[in-house]
Amino acid sequence: MGEPKSLRVAYGEALVKVGEHNDKVVVLDADLSHATMTCLFAEKYPERFFNMGIAEQNLICAAAGMAYSGLTPFISTFALFGAGRAYEQIRNSISYTNADVKLGLSHSGLSVGEDGGSHQAVEDIALMRVLPGMTILVPCDPIEMEKAVFASLDIKGPVYIRVARPVCSCITKDNDPFIPGKPNVMREGTDIAIFATGLMVSEALEAADILKANGISAAVLNFHTIKPFDSEAALNWAKKTGAIITVEEHSIIGGLGSAAAEAIAEISNLRFDRIGIQDRFGQSGKPADLFQRYGLTAKDIAQRCTMLLSKGYSQSWL
Amino acid sequence: MACTVEEKQRLQDIARELRLTIIDVTAWSGGAHVGGSLSIVELLTALYFKYLNVDPERPQWEDRDRFVLSKGHAAAALIPVLSKRGFIPEEELKTFNHFGSPFAMHPDSNKVTGCDASTGSLGHGLSIAAGMGLAARYLKKDYKTVCLMGDGECCEGSVWEAAMSIANFKLTNVITIVDRNRLMIDGFTEDVMALEPFAEKWHSFGFDVIEIDGHDFEQVCSALEKGWNATEKPVFILANTIKGKGVDFMENNVVWHYASADSALCEKAKASILNL
Ligand SMILES: Cc1ncc(C[n+]2csc(CCOP(=O)(O)OP(=O)(O)O)c2C)c(N)n1
Repeated sequence: MGEPKSLRVAYGEALVKVGEHNDKVVVLDADLSHATMTCLFAEKYPERFFNMGIAEQNLICAAAGMAYSGLTPFISTFALFGAGRAYEQIRNSISYTNADVKLGLSHSGLSVGEDGGSHQAVEDIALMRVLPGMTILVPCDPIEMEKAVFASLDIKGPVYIRVARPVCSCITKDNDPFIPGKPNVMREGTDIAIFATGLMVSEALEAADILKANGISAAVLNFHTIKPFDSEAALNWAKKTGAIITVEEHSIIGGLGSAAAEAIAEISNLRFDRIGIQDRFGQSGKPADLFQRYGLTAKDIAQRCTMLLSKGYSQSWL
Repeated sequence: MACTVEEKQRLQDIARELRLTIIDVTAWSGGAHVGGSLSIVELLTALYFKYLNVDPERPQWEDRDRFVLSKGHAAAALIPVLSKRGFIPEEELKTFNHFGSPFAMHPDSNKVTGCDASTGSLGHGLSIAAGMGLAARYLKKDYKTVCLMGDGECCEGSVWEAAMSIANFKLTNVITIVDRNRLMIDGFTEDVMALEPFAEKWHSFGFDVIEIDGHDFEQVCSALEKGWNATEKPVFILANTIKGKGVDFMENNVVWHYASADSALCEKAKASILNL
């Protein structure tokens, strides 16, 4: 079992390791190296670390230029300022050119906490999903974070790695497979399948426990890759259980829930629901309070699963 | 003289109170951007207690002067000054950053009475101020717009886009101030991303550059006076300041960009402020 750790620390440590293996790996940050934890790489490889100052647009295009010149840049800042502020730079200089740039953007989702709505990226996955050729990885624990960083190196072209701030326990094992594009079945089940991503995977597992105690058999799938989305797996599980619920620390628009809906819309009589942020902004607060307020706890998930499975279910209460 | 002896004393007294409240807010909130809040105390005090024509009874009064805190992370200074000016009951400051409170780490103008722009993402404020200046001109209004930015913030390209537009449109009704405390998060600006020659940059962009000690009320007031009376070129005030000013152990030290404070730390900080 790995020790509990913040995903951003796991990210920073993984960068140091890939740096050891590959001297073409360079790291860029925008005055947040102690928050994104790229400072660990900066300490070890100062000659390969570039602090671009508080200038995200320059950060992205400079990384593109390095990639065009044979390097493999990992860039970091807060998800909102990378994916949001510099969106068009990512679109044209990185995605459009299929540049080999890895975007390890931190402080995603509500779990940013007290920094509040202006800093909580709840739309970053949506922004990245519409970019052709972009791979989107959302690791669920420190162990998966390291695997994601290494896996991103094997992918030629842009990869978005969604990094979160809070400390979290390890729910996967070192020898679990991590194949980009292939969700991991964390729990088998027959009544409903919960598709979860990132920090929501552990909540989903806990929800499955609650459901089990109530006689409901819930499968839990860890969608660590949102793009390319494994439509086949989604379809299979939809057919197998007849009920799918998605859970993400992201807007219900454009993320995992949307990807799943697009994949399984053709199945008739499917019960389907999306848990996430209901088309609103985040706010300041402790992550646990926010998860509660926005209905993202294990209890909420279990409750929504039960409702979805109940007779005469209608979504009008949303 | 832009500021009489009595007035200077009055402003200094308010500034000291404001510093003490910033320390309180840092404790109540569980953590705040204390360093960059303490560096702008004299600027905010002079603005809210001498220059800005605002009215707590009518926070949305359309002829009011506007203030945009572009370095929105310094809400721990802005919200207390709005409170002292009468926009917000002092008691409410205790909820700062608590779940459901109108006051968060970054100011939200939909929730904070008297706050003219939601900020937090750096590099937005000066463009917003330019828009307010253009609107005033079009609407034939006399109000001034003041924008206060961080120096690290000036790494953002958007700041220079805004600067170009303010000069281009000759927006003398917009006053631009930079809190030149020489620190950002990862270190000194000159080590992370050099800004110098900083005054010359603003000068070459078409501004009337006034360089001052941002903790000296006489200099602050005289610069703001020039800003208020500008007719030819928009005024840029380069306010040399000290991050963490007033709390000896915080001054000019990068680790106090963001901090939490327990009661022991609070007392130590307040003792230092009262000794100033
Ligand atoms: C667009 C954007 N990028 C990054 C940040 C994160 N951030 C918050 S404060 C800060 C440093 C600001 O430095 P400066 O403007 O000098 O402010 P001060 O030192 O006076 O607090 C950074 C990088 C942000 N708020 N917005």
